[in-house]
Amino acid sequence: MTAVDAPAVPGGAPATTPEPGRGRGGLVAAAVLVVLAAAPLFLAPFATTTLTRVLVFALFAVSLDLLVGVTGLPSLGHAAYFGSGAYAAGWVSINVTAEAPVPMLVGAAVGAVAAALTGWITVRTGGVFFLMLTLAIGETVQQLANTWDEVTGGANGLTGIPAVRLAGAPLANAGFLHWYVLAVFVLGFVLVWVVARSPFGAALRGIRDNEPRMRALGYPTALYKYGVFVLAGGVAGLAGSLLAAQARFVALPDLGFVTASFALLAVVIGGAGSLWGACLGAALVIVIRDALGPGLGGHGTLVLGIVFVLVVYLLPRGAAGLRLRRRETPS
Amino acid sequence: MTALRCVGVSRSFGALKAVDDVGLDVAPGSRHALIGPNGAGKSTLFKLVTGTMRAHAGTVELAGRDVTGLSEVKRCRLGMSQTMQHASLFTSMTAAETVALAVQRHDGGRISLLPRKQPRVRERADELLTAAGLTGRARVLVPALSHGERKQLEVALALACRPTLLLLDEPAAGMSPAESARLVELVERLPREITVLFVEHDLDLVFALADAVTVLHLGRVLLSGSPAQVRASEDVRAAYLGTGRREELFLR
Repeated sequence: MTAVDAPAVPGGAPATTPEPGRGRGGLVAAAVLVVLAAAPLFLAPFATTTLTRVLVFALFAVSLDLLVGVTGLPSLGHAAYFGSGAYAAGWVSINVTAEAPVPMLVGAAVGAVAAALTGWITVRTGGVFFLMLTLAIGETVQQLANTWDEVTGGANGLTGIPAVRLAGAPLANAGFLHWYVLAVFVLGFVLVWVVARSPFGAALRGIRDNEPRMRALGYPTALYKYGVFVLAGGVAGLAGSLLAAQARFVALPDLGFVTASFALLAVVIGGAGSLWGACLGAALVIVIRDALGPGLGGHGTLVLGIVFVLVVYLLPRGAAGLRLRRRETPS
Repeated sequence: MTALRCVGVSRSFGALKAVDDVGLDVAPGSRHALIGPNGAGKSTLFKLVTGTMRAHAGTVELAGRDVTGLSEVKRCRLGMSQTMQHASLFTSMTAAETVALAVQRHDGGRISLLPRKQPRVRERADELLTAAGLTGRARVLVPALSHGERKQLEVALALACRPTLLLLDEPAAGMSPAESARLVELVERLPREITVLFVEHDLDLVFALADAVTVLHLGRVLLSGSPAQVRASEDVRAAYLGTGRREELFLR
C-alpha cells in the first residue's frame, strides 16, 4: 500500500510494508460507492442533500490533502481556488449555459488558472511561510471577489444559479443532483488518487519527507510543487463547481479563511496523506456544521472547535506540527 | 582534463572565512580524499561543489564544464552525486522506494503522472541495494534501518543518480569496523569511470582507499598530494595535533 491510502497505524508504522492488498481495498471502495449511489433511494431529501454537501466538501478536502498530506504543503488559502471555481461555474451557468460538463470544466479550469497565477509566489517556500503566504493569497482573492461585484455579486453573493442540466433536463431533484455530484466526486477522487500513486506522486512524497535531499537527487522541487499546486487548485475548482450546482448560491465565505481552515481541519482529522481519511474528516465537519449545528442553536462551530482541540491534544504531531502520523519512527 | 576542478573557491560566514581561496584538482577515476581537522571547511567545500551553497568567489568545473552558476539540481543531472554526512533520507519510505525515487529520475525518462509498475526501475533499485549490501532489507522502512544501513542506503541512492563524480561526506562516520570494511569494499568495487571525492575522519580508511589526498586547514589547502606525501608531512601533523606534539598521527 502507498502512503496515500494506507491508514495511519496507531502506535507506529509497521517495520515492513506488506504486499499491496488491492483486492480488499477495491472491494471496500466498491461497497462504499454502491451505498453512496443508493443513498437517495432510502434517505429523506434533507439527509440526501447533507450527503451531497459532504461529497462536495470531501472532494475539496481531497484536493487539499494532495498538498498537505502528500506534498507536505499546509495551505490556509486553498478555499480561494474552491471559491473561484464555484463563482466561475455559477457565472457560466447563469450567463452562458448550465449544460452538464460546461460549468464543471469551467470551474476546474478557473481553479487551476487561479492557482497557476498565485502558486509561483508560494512554491519556493514551505512550512509556516507557505501557510502564511497562502493565507494572504486567500484573503486577497476574497477581497477581489468582494470588489468585483458586477460578476460576483459582491457581499450579496452570486444568486439565481440555475440547476445543472443534463441532456437538456435540469437536475432539480435532490436524488439526481446527488448522482451528478457523486459522479464528479468519483472522477476528481480517482484523478487525485492516480496522481498520488504515480511516480510523480512518489516524488511529491519525497518532497514532503525531505525536500533538500530531493534537490540533491536532481528533482527540480519548486517545479513539482508548482505542478501539484495547480493540479490541487484545479480539483478544488472542480469541487467548487459542485458547490455552485448543489447550493446554487456562492458567497464570499466560500473562498475565505473559514472554509479553508475547515478543509484543513477535515484533512487533519482524517489523517493527512490518507485520501479516504480526508473524506471522513470532511463528512464529520459537514455533519457537525450543517446537520447538527442548527439543533445546537448555532453552536456547530463550537463543537468543531472542541473536536479540533481534541485532535490537537490526542494527535499533537498530526495537527500542531502539521506532520504525518506515519512519519513517527517506530519505537 | 580533470573530473572536478575548483579555482579560488571562497565562502565566508560573516567574518569567518570557512573556505578561503581553495584550489582543487580531482583526476578522472581517482579516489580523492579530503581531510582536515574539525572546522577545516571540508563540509562547506562539499556544499560549494554540489551547489547546495553558492560560492562567494571562484569557479567550479565538472569535467571541464563551468558549473559555478548552475543549481544543485542541474549539477546532479550533469553527473554529480552526493551522500550526506548525516544520513538524510525519506522517513515514510522503504529502502527500495527510496532508491527507486532516484532511479526513476535518472533512468526512467519522464516522470509519469499515471501509476506505473516500472519493472526496470525496480530491478535497478534491487541491483543497487544488493551492491550496497542491503540484500533482503529492501522492504524495510528507512527509520527501521540501523545507522550503518542508512549510510549504505545513502551510497546506493547516490549511485542511482548514475554519477561520474561521487561525493561522499564522511561515509563511515558512526559505522562499526565491520560496516566500515564493507564500505571500503563497496567503494573499491566501483568502476573507474566514477571518480570519488570523499571527506573522512577515519584516516585508516582514507589511506586504504585514497590515491590522492587534499588536506584542508582553517579553510585553506594545506597540502595536496599522494597519501605518502601527506603521511610524511610535518605541517599536516601540526595541523591535526598542534605544534610541539610528538605523537605519531599515522600509526601505519
